[in-house]
Amino acid sequence: MSVLAQGTGGNPALNIGIFAAFVAITLVIVFRASRSTRSAADYYAAGRAFTGPQNGIAISGDYLSAASFLGIAGAIAVNGYDGFLYSIGFLVAWLVALLLVAELLRNTGKYTMADVLSFRMRQRPVRTAAAISTLAVSFFYLLAQMAGAGGLVALLLNVKDKTGQAVVIAVVGVVMIAYVLIGGMRGTTWVQIVKAVLLIAGAAVMTLWVLGKYGMNFSHLLDGAIRRSGSVGDKVLAPGLQYGKTETTKLDFVSLAIALVLGTAGLPHVLMRFYTVPSAREARRSVVWAIVVIGLFYLFTLVLGYGSAALVGPDTIKKAPGAANSAAPLLAQALGGTLLLGFVSAVAFATILAVVAGLTITASASFAHDVYANVIRGGAADDKAAEVRVARWTAVVIGILAIIGGIFANGQNIAFLVALAFAVAASANLPTILYSLFWKRFNTSGALWSIYGGLFSCVVLIVFSPVVSGKPIDRATGKSPSMLQGVDFHWFPLDNPGLVSIPLSFLLGFVGTVLARDRAAEEKYPEMEVRALTGAHAEKAVAH
Amino acid sequence: MSITEPTTRTPSGGVWAEVQSSAEFAGLRRRLRTFAFPMTAAFLLWYLLYVLLADYAHGFMATRLAGNITVGLVFGLLQFASTFVITGCYVWYANRRLDPVAERIRAEIEEGRR
Repeated sequence: MSVLAQGTGGNPALNIGIFAAFVAITLVIVFRASRSTRSAADYYAAGRAFTGPQNGIAISGDYLSAASFLGIAGAIAVNGYDGFLYSIGFLVAWLVALLLVAELLRNTGKYTMADVLSFRMRQRPVRTAAAISTLAVSFFYLLAQMAGAGGLVALLLNVKDKTGQAVVIAVVGVVMIAYVLIGGMRGTTWVQIVKAVLLIAGAAVMTLWVLGKYGMNFSHLLDGAIRRSGSVGDKVLAPGLQYGKTETTKLDFVSLAIALVLGTAGLPHVLMRFYTVPSAREARRSVVWAIVVIGLFYLFTLVLGYGSAALVGPDTIKKAPGAANSAAPLLAQALGGTLLLGFVSAVAFATILAVVAGLTITASASFAHDVYANVIRGGAADDKAAEVRVARWTAVVIGILAIIGGIFANGQNIAFLVALAFAVAASANLPTILYSLFWKRFNTSGALWSIYGGLFSCVVLIVFSPVVSGKPIDRATGKSPSMLQGVDFHWFPLDNPGLVSIPLSFLLGFVGTVLARDRAAEEKYPEMEVRALTGAHAEKAVAH
Repeated sequence: MSITEPTTRTPSGGVWAEVQSSAEFAGLRRRLRTFAFPMTAAFLLWYLLYVLLADYAHGFMATRLAGNITVGLVFGLLQFASTFVITGCYVWYANRRLDPVAERIRAEIEEGRR
């Protein structure tokens, strides 16, 4: 137990070895995938040749980020039931994608979210706006993953100085750039599939193992968690530990819950995955597979979270480097020693790598396809080799920015950055997607009001929220949990802006549409609606 | 299915408008919306109920039902269950009630029968 208490993370050489094996195997797969990557449809959409189940597993790989795996298990271990609340929002959100977005988007678009948003609008302004919000969401999400990599390194490889962590973040970034450059969407998708299978398998084994220790009785496991939770006791069984403190934190939770449930269907890297299958029917099957895999995974994390509370103990977890994020790795060590810890560490790294690759290809596609090909070149470079070349260069630039950003964001709160990305996706993207698919009257001005209004209100409310400045100093650490120390310019009381920015964006989309008196977009509504619902003349799979 | 030549000719605006105003397409739209819209409202309200209970009714959610299994835990697991059930219902509905009609209209458009 003394090794656990120090949280030294087992055998760093073994951890690195297993991770290196993962990188080697996936690079081989990516190289094989690169042989059939020739056109833009190959690079952005993997030739639209993945099956629904394959894509569904890849979506799970994209969605189950380090924040999901380490973050939720850790939150349950430390805060009990409140950690579970996250996973429910993350799961229910998929119904929005299934019922309202996935199939219609697959039928009307080509490579990016902007394809759908600009379908019947004036191309340049709407594509520019959609690309800006895509880049913003991807960048926040990317930062969260890269910042997480730093913390993970401290825990798993026993690299404690900032320079060493920066080197590891840079290595993660370089491998990710290689995946995207070489394999395009096809290679990235295979990386997601391999990673998702490893992650689910690892979580399933650990779940059964934990339950086995308690005679397959979840209630007995909870007994163990209560006993180790000291003065908190059976409060871990019900909500309230984290969010129930004051009326403001309660309201903050409502805001977070809304952002989570409406954010998923507006995440550009999730939306882009629907283009990798040959038809709307396969897009539907993708979501079904994703819902089943993600749902099962969150049920596993419930057991793993309470399991690490019972077998490792919340106090040990809080003291370990990486704090709550270390719950799952420490549980692995308690169960299966250094070998299982090595496996779980490698999977956690692979998770960050794969999610970052998925985000990078999305951001680069949006820049090359929306900004370069359609805004700068006015559609002249659409689908040409030049567009793919720009996409590859953009991937390199984004990769480098992610490395630099990740080094600076090292130590920032991962869950906050992810919640921020969801809030921006729910405010800037989802209202515009729904309006343009279902509301005939919606026009260019409404789209711009809604995208920019959602994005701007989100960012402004965050800058003036307690997340950035003004949280009271925590006695335990002697520091304020806010991003900036020693200043206080906050006036917005909540950490998450969703409660205000999402309704505001819906409202702005409506007002902007009605005020503009621009009926041009209505002319193309019959085409958009018929295409969306029937799949007529939708993009087909590439023949090789 | 996966090997298809790129479409040669997309119809003009008139064709799309004609299809859109046909009774068959109106039926497809109605079938999609009468399922998707009320179902979305239902699961969002059901989720919101759960969120508000978890947020403002700690005592109720902490009530034990059996052993350490609380109302909150059961409510949370019911959210999982309802998500799986709604997914299953939609797939069943779409396969039987939406796909055949959509397929028929799509074939008409792509084969130039309109």
